[in-house]
Amino acid sequence: MRQKYRIRLNVTTLQTLPQPEVCIALLFEIAPNQIQRLSTQGLAMTSSVSPGRLYLGGDFYTNHFEKGSSPDTMILNMGPQHPATHGVLRIIFELEGEYILRTEPVLGYLHRMHEKMGEEQTYYQYMPNMGRVDYLHALAWNWAWAGAVEKLGGIEVPRRAEFIRVITCELNRISSHLLWWGAFLLDLGAFTPIMYGFDDRERILDILQRPTGSRLTYSYYRLGGVAADLDDTALDMIRDFVPYLRSRLPMYRDLVTDNMILRHRLEGVGHISVDMCRRYGATGPTLRGSGVAYDVRRAEPYSVYPELDFSIPTDHECDGMARYNVRMAEIEQSLNIIEQALDMLPTGEFWAKNAPKPKWKAPKGEVVFAVEGARGKIGVHLVSDGSAKPYRVKLRAPGFSNLSLLAEVARGTLLADAVAILGSLDLVIPEIDR
Amino acid sequence: MIREFGKALQGLWSLAIGLGVTFRAFVRPQVTVHYPRATVDDANLRTYHGHVELIGKDDAPEVPRCISCGMCAMNCPSACLAVVKQKAPKPTPEQTKAMEEAEARGEKVKKPTAPKDPARFTYDFSLCSLCGTCVESCPVDSLRFSTELYQAGFDRNDFHFDLLARLRGQAESRPGEASTPAQGGQ
Amino acid sequence: MNPPFGIPPELFTILLALGLLAGFVGLNGLVLVYLERKVAGHIQRRPGPFEVGPHGILQPLADALKLVGKQLITPRGADKWLFWTAPIISFAPVFVLFLPIPFGPVLTAMEMDLGLLLILAFAGINVLALCLAGWSSENKWSLLGAARAVAQSVAYEIPLLLAVLAIAFQFGSLNLSTIVSGQGAWPWQWNIMVQPVAFFIYFVCALAETNRAPFDLPEAESELTAGFHTEYSGMGFGIFFLAEYANMIVVCAVATALFLGGWNGPAAPGVWWFLVKVYLLLLVMMWFRWTYPRVRFDQLLNLSWKWLLPLALINLLVTLVLVKI
Repeated sequence: MRQKYRIRLNVTTLQTLPQPEVCIALLFEIAPNQIQRLSTQGLAMTSSVSPGRLYLGGDFYTNHFEKGSSPDTMILNMGPQHPATHGVLRIIFELEGEYILRTEPVLGYLHRMHEKMGEEQTYYQYMPNMGRVDYLHALAWNWAWAGAVEKLGGIEVPRRAEFIRVITCELNRISSHLLWWGAFLLDLGAFTPIMYGFDDRERILDILQRPTGSRLTYSYYRLGGVAADLDDTALDMIRDFVPYLRSRLPMYRDLVTDNMILRHRLEGVGHISVDMCRRYGATGPTLRGSGVAYDVRRAEPYSVYPELDFSIPTDHECDGMARYNVRMAEIEQSLNIIEQALDMLPTGEFWAKNAPKPKWKAPKGEVVFAVEGARGKIGVHLVSDGSAKPYRVKLRAPGFSNLSLLAEVARGTLLADAVAILGSLDLVIPEIDR
Repeated sequence: MIREFGKALQGLWSLAIGLGVTFRAFVRPQVTVHYPRATVDDANLRTYHGHVELIGKDDAPEVPRCISCGMCAMNCPSACLAVVKQKAPKPTPEQTKAMEEAEARGEKVKKPTAPKDPARFTYDFSLCSLCGTCVESCPVDSLRFSTELYQAGFDRNDFHFDLLARLRGQAESRPGEASTPAQGGQ
Repeated sequence: MNPPFGIPPELFTILLALGLLAGFVGLNGLVLVYLERKVAGHIQRRPGPFEVGPHGILQPLADALKLVGKQLITPRGADKWLFWTAPIISFAPVFVLFLPIPFGPVLTAMEMDLGLLLILAFAGINVLALCLAGWSSENKWSLLGAARAVAQSVAYEIPLLLAVLAIAFQFGSLNLSTIVSGQGAWPWQWNIMVQPVAFFIYFVCALAETNRAPFDLPEAESELTAGFHTEYSGMGFGIFFLAEYANMIVVCAVATALFLGGWNGPAAPGVWWFLVKVYLLLLVMMWFRWTYPRVRFDQLLNLSWKWLLPLALINLLVTLVLVKI
């Protein structure tokens, strides 16, 4: 209360004093010449700045970014509230006309300290956090955590649970890709595809709602199994859904994939070479769109994936269209996996009888476990000191590495291309910030 | 040159096909559920996990099966449950007298014990992440997810539930049907 | 009808027409907003507006009321004069644009020999408004939108003119009524059969000139938030919106007069045929919007300079040769 009052007092004095820069400087403890700099070249637009008007704009990032800019260029701040950044990503561009000279993503607007929370909760209790790291492919994160703890504690997972995990995780992957498809097209200015994508995605959510009880932030996998069995109704729904989605895919192709405008927007845009992927650690469809057939399900096989027959779609074009094609092909591959897993689904228990209880103490050790998420390699690095709570949890989010590419890929492209590149990377901001 | 024209015509044809797709969608019936007039079907609704609620005893639906062990509150990752045990009733003067007499006779004294069901069972839905840890760790299966879907409030306090009151309300509104998920408010 | 107060009859007609046009434009704006939302809804397989009035028919009215009731905010640092003149400039020419349009055999506000020229000349003013709006908002997104608007308008006005010129040469007149009377009642007697290329070019350019998807670059939502009208609130935005819809009607009306036989129809020629054709074209525009992604800026200009302009020139030359023969 007192602090508020003091600031108000300062602002009133500010209006009466002849040199507002000095007052503001006193108030916010900035050097007056710095404010002068801000007011003449800072957030002021390219149009003239009338003398005496004050621009207090600019935080550390913009000020830091501006240092290299020349008078001919414009610093543009996109986000954290912008339709194309899908959440609260913020990107600073330096533009010449509409061409991008430099760009820099600014993160941290959705940082929720998930890794620190891991140190404060037991292994069992940390599971709901996993549904909220990447809400679009929540089950992959569920799996990454469950898998890491199971590897650490040597916990056996019943075979039925493994297959249930495969089925639900692949369904979730399709739903993530469908949402990406719609949102990406929304970035490119087409409003209708997202509704068609949602129509199909909604059916997946209905299916996943049966075992998990929720529609988005799943917390379904458990240490040593899954929380609920897939009942016959759910299995029937999945069996119906697979051919249904297959019948919808030609529509997707007609409406969007073959569309001339889309092809012109994406072909040759956002060229990411294999070398760049390696330098930044890009994984998932971004890497596969550059022609590398790297998929954690094959490279570091986990669960029952070695028993399933599926291919890893790749595309050698390295551009936005390649990443688009890879994701669309992945939907088909996931459908194949689901079909096979449904046929192979054994009977038995879905949650091991001797599964860890909430207060379970893990053995001492260190473990790394990775799964393939919709956006790439999801990794969990877990260090245990033998107590009920992890000593350290490190989450490796694929979106973070993929976003790091942006600064290099977007250089020299148009603003509209930058939006297309952002979309083609399929970013989920909560995952990047964690 | 001719190839360019061919490509352009092919592109135009792809645009026409796109128009065809949207036209077909235009003439087809809508797929959304028109909310106030129609609601999601019950079968779908029943698999939805809403907030947590107590389950009553089979013979006394207004009394929860809960034995106040506190496992749910202890295991909850977000500390949204609070269980308070009942205190043992104060013995009446006659009972005290009988107890003293029994003690004097050297018999084993039977002090009045507290009822097992909780005195207070509060739940802060605004903290809950619906993970199900409480439901899984309950030793007597006294907790379950409600199917409460249409929930809105103007105040954070609207989501602080007294689950005992809710159970009593359910038992009153539907006597003998306590084990089915109830509809309606808190 | 005898004009009261001794006003000259020509002036009276124009004043009456302006009054009627104001009503027509306003009403059409409401109808088009409703139609657009319904079309969008049905294409996306949802009902669209449904709550206000039966089938949501009063929704645009409620929206308009909401816009009128909103506070008009001038951003700090904006050029106040230019900022608030821009929406007026964007809307004012609309009345002039409607004057020479032949709605029916006698229903033309102002019969003039250079009607087509008048429309083309005044339609160009709209871009000034977008430019001013973007410039004076002191917002970088608006500025980008304004820059796009100018380049786009300049690029697309030329092929549009050339396409229209082909029709004008064919009839030897810039009078829209003459051109309409020169076409027959049946679809195969309309100019679209003689000049399909010109119609195609005209329609593409019309989409670009009215900033409709897939050429809605000046307000590209996912790139520039809202482009040139990012900073406008309340009716400032509302007037831009209304002007956009009014311009859509104008370009569709001109297309109807030039290519689709105007008020002529197989039976009972009259104003209804004109309106039906205009609305069909408007529906097609909406259909495009809800189907296609947006083109990129350089592609938009390439399309104009590399494809439409040569095509229009060739079309014009062929027309000239054929007319001379």
